[in-house]
Amino acid sequence: MESLSIEGTTKTPTVRFDGDLGVIEIKGRSIPENSIEFYKPLVDWLDKYSKVAKPLTKVNVQLEYFNTSSSKCILDVFKKLEGIHKSNNEVIINWFYEEDDEDMLEAGEDYESIIRVPFKMIEIV
Amino acid sequence: MSFDIKEYYEELGGSNQLISYQGNITSEVINTILEQVEIKLNSVTEKDAKLRKKLYNVLVEALQNLYHHVEDLPDGVYENLRNKFGSLIINRSENGFKISSGNFISSNRIKMLKDKLDKINSLTQDELKDMYKFILNHQKLTAKGGGGLGLVDIARKTGNKFDYSFHNVNNEFYFFNLNIIVS
Repeated sequence: MESLSIEGTTKTPTVRFDGDLGVIEIKGRSIPENSIEFYKPLVDWLDKYSKVAKPLTKVNVQLEYFNTSSSKCILDVFKKLEGIHKSNNEVIINWFYEEDDEDMLEAGEDYESIIRVPFKMIEIV
Repeated sequence: MSFDIKEYYEELGGSNQLISYQGNITSEVINTILEQVEIKLNSVTEKDAKLRKKLYNVLVEALQNLYHHVEDLPDGVYENLRNKFGSLIINRSENGFKISSGNFISSNRIKMLKDKLDKINSLTQDELKDMYKFILNHQKLTAKGGGGLGLVDIARKTGNKFDYSFHNVNNEFYFFNLNIIVS
């Protein structure tokens, strides 16, 4: 399927969704005033991908900052991944956080407690 | 008029000020303020990366709270101010920063906001975490993208209580001032 690629800005992250490889990446900052607009294509893409999902989907989330408006949209993205995981495909979410950034680690743990997909917390040193 | 906005901001000024903005709150204004603050923080002002990051995080929420909630100015008062007026000031404090945000609010919305702030102020860190997760998982975003999470997130990240006040403008409008300590 066609991949999804969005270049990052000072307020929105870089997005690389590769359906053929089963690799999904969100990196950078996510602080738009209205995040729904930005995240809709991501959620739509995952809808399509869920029908042709690879046996293993690797998800890399590496955010420097994200606002509360984005936090709900990120949850929507993870809920789509949970759906893929439920239909007997493997999904792993790698949650990257910078050294000493306890807030970002905690944010990852919040998602981990809501979403039934294996998470791996990775500290960037 | 019982509340003089100009005088109020003159009192808040001082040499410890990092940034001060009073005017229209638009997406572009938010970008500019964030850029300015980032430049100032990256220079000599703040060596502590953790505090810098916390301030930036909290500032984004404070600005976007303003953006989502500013109301048009009451008719017939403050003719020299623009609509969608909001104020944001950052001062250095003893062991961190104080963000003061201000905006007009209709009298009928005060109770809801006050209840929310008091509720948040009464909660422990663990309770705030639970509240955050509950809202995250159960409430839909508004069309404008607000999620009802901003204040809870600020309280969680700062670990400090909100200090706030409402200043009477006329029967229908008040000026709401919120102080956030980031330390």
